[in-house]
Amino acid sequence: MAGIKFEHVWKRFGEVTVLKDLNIDINDGEFLVLVGPSGCGKSTALRCLAGLEEITDGNIIIGDRVVNDVPPKDRDIAMVFQSYALYPHMSVYDNMAFGLKLRKVPKPEIDKRVKEAAEMLSIGHLLDRKPKALSGGQRQRVALGRAIVRDPAVFLMDEPLSNLDAKLRVQTRAEISKLHQRLKTTFIYVTHDQTEAMTMGSRIAVMRDGILQQLDTPQNLYDHPANMFVAGFIGSPAMNFFEARLDRVNGGLAVVIGKDFVVPVPQSKLDHIGSYAGKDVYFGIRPEDVHDAHYVPRGVDDSGKLIAQVNLTEAMGSEVYAYVENGGKEFIGRLDPRTSARTGHSLDIVLDMDKMHIFDRETEKALV
Amino acid sequence: MIQQTSEADKRPVPSPAAGALLTGQFLVGLLGLAVTLGLLWLGFIYLRGARETSVLNAVIAIVWGVGGVGALFVTGNTVIESLPPYWRDRVRPFLFFLPGVGILFLFLMIPTLITLYQSFFNNDTTEFVGLNNYIATFTDRSMLESFRNNLIWLFLGTAGCVVLGLLIAVLADRSRFEVVAKAIIFLPMAISLVGASVIWRFMYAYAPPGQPQIGLQNAIITAFGIPPQSWLTLQPWNNLFLILVMIWGSTGFAMVLFSAALKGVPADITEAAQVDGATEVQTFFQIIIPYIQGTILTVTTTIAIGTLKIFDVVYVMTGGQYGTSVVGTEFYRQFFTNRNFGYGSAIAIVLFIAISPVIVYNLRQLQKQEGF
Repeated sequence: MAGIKFEHVWKRFGEVTVLKDLNIDINDGEFLVLVGPSGCGKSTALRCLAGLEEITDGNIIIGDRVVNDVPPKDRDIAMVFQSYALYPHMSVYDNMAFGLKLRKVPKPEIDKRVKEAAEMLSIGHLLDRKPKALSGGQRQRVALGRAIVRDPAVFLMDEPLSNLDAKLRVQTRAEISKLHQRLKTTFIYVTHDQTEAMTMGSRIAVMRDGILQQLDTPQNLYDHPANMFVAGFIGSPAMNFFEARLDRVNGGLAVVIGKDFVVPVPQSKLDHIGSYAGKDVYFGIRPEDVHDAHYVPRGVDDSGKLIAQVNLTEAMGSEVYAYVENGGKEFIGRLDPRTSARTGHSLDIVLDMDKMHIFDRETEKALV
Repeated sequence: MIQQTSEADKRPVPSPAAGALLTGQFLVGLLGLAVTLGLLWLGFIYLRGARETSVLNAVIAIVWGVGGVGALFVTGNTVIESLPPYWRDRVRPFLFFLPGVGILFLFLMIPTLITLYQSFFNNDTTEFVGLNNYIATFTDRSMLESFRNNLIWLFLGTAGCVVLGLLIAVLADRSRFEVVAKAIIFLPMAISLVGASVIWRFMYAYAPPGQPQIGLQNAIITAFGIPPQSWLTLQPWNNLFLILVMIWGSTGFAMVLFSAALKGVPADITEAAQVDGATEVQTFFQIIIPYIQGTILTVTTTIAIGTLKIFDVVYVMTGGQYGTSVVGTEFYRQFFTNRNFGYGSAIAIVLFIAISPVIVYNLRQLQKQEGF
């Protein structure tokens, strides 16, 4: 059990800087997800934490120890690799027992721990097999088992689900979450998949180009993204973005995107963005906040009206994805399945402006 | 009106033009093949009788060899192409492997069979002696000595090459001078073992005390005041000095293969071992070595075969004397020096039988593709 801190961590590989002034505070027992596109530095951050890479600057603290110069085996961590990294010449039992044998744990104790972990992961019947005789999902569990028997302070996982097929991925996702609840140990989990991040993490650290974009709970990341990158990364389909201008209108403000695309800003938001009146901004609205005017959910203010042309509809069963357009700007809405939206026809749309997002044109930081 | 269809109408009509082409190509191909074989035979006769080594003869030999083989395939293929499809695919493989297999048979199988046959006869192969030669092989004192020496060669030579090769591969892998180090270690493989033996004979050279020592070893030890030694006659240590030459010559082979195998070890299993708590040494012996065991086995068996067959190093440096004889030199001595063909053949066959298990093992591994 241990809290973890990244304190002003920099990591350079020669000319390339992979981690830039990373500061993350992880609570003991938390399930923290590091998420971001390829090359954002999330795997590097994990490997620095594991001790497989040396950091160029800053401190990494596990518990109350600065572990910068501590080798991986003394950091009380266990790691699950993307490719599982099972020892091919050893049986499942020996793979799981290897770390314990090295630490001279007595044999009966090793046996107990291995069998317990195998039970937990339902691989008890595979203990005598070699990795090449196992399926992908089974290998993954052996990799998990190998980490569990070590009873570490921190579990590190580097994209453990990416080599599994879709169905197995969903199943294993839930199993890992349950494992975390059961063991109550700190889990640090790296993925590029925002669905995994949102469903598994107690908090998520979104990274891009080596810089931490935002560290928050899944709901907060969704409701209050700190910048356009986070706003567009979380949520599927992604948030719709428009180049817009904030104009003074009728004593208030309105978002002006096109000639026929003007939506008023609600009273409650005026305080935050009042100083941006007359300026160019980015306007963001999620597809789930774009509604068919005839089926606006209860409680949603319908002042954000406009008319759009329907370019394409995708029936999902529980809703209809509609690709709509106004003034040359296409965006996506997730509409009530009863909608009358049809390709080639116009549709009355309401935008839930309570859920609107405004971003500074230069910095792309969120204003609202 | 009743339509009557005759049997003839139902059969496909063979086109006369195709038939003519078929036979035409066939005849041309056959003619070409005959001419090629004839030229190959004539060339062979000429080169066999050629007395002088001139550039002309060399060029003729090259043209005859390379051109002849090429012509053989081209004409042979022409003949095959002219055959009906059914025969084409069945005959074609034979064209391609028969020449090679034929030559192999002529130069490998036949001599082996002749040797086997001769081993049951006496000195000048006139009288049948049954298994006498084989009994002599296992009771003759000099043979027993050579068996003993071969065993020393087998264990020390193989172990030396494999261990050194592995060590150097591992060390070179993590050094800045990897390329240079590997080149230096591999360089001795460029010269024949005979060449190496000649070089090392000078290294081990002995001159009586008081005279200048041209041998490197003696030069060094006399600088420290130790009297010069005659290394190659020093029994039983001289065997070790001979084995050293083979190790010097063959470690490069082991090193190169191990280096490739080591580079194929995936980074994440060594990292997993690191996280699991293994030290460098533990990772090496418990993770890396098992991972490359296929390569280790292949290198070991290949070098082992080499040590059992060893001849040039021993023959050049000591002639097999001073207690250094091996089966290879014994065979040479009996067969060519003593002209005891029967006995010499028996020794060769015994060596062949001794090596066979290793070769069979190697072949099985190759088939399973676990070798490399």
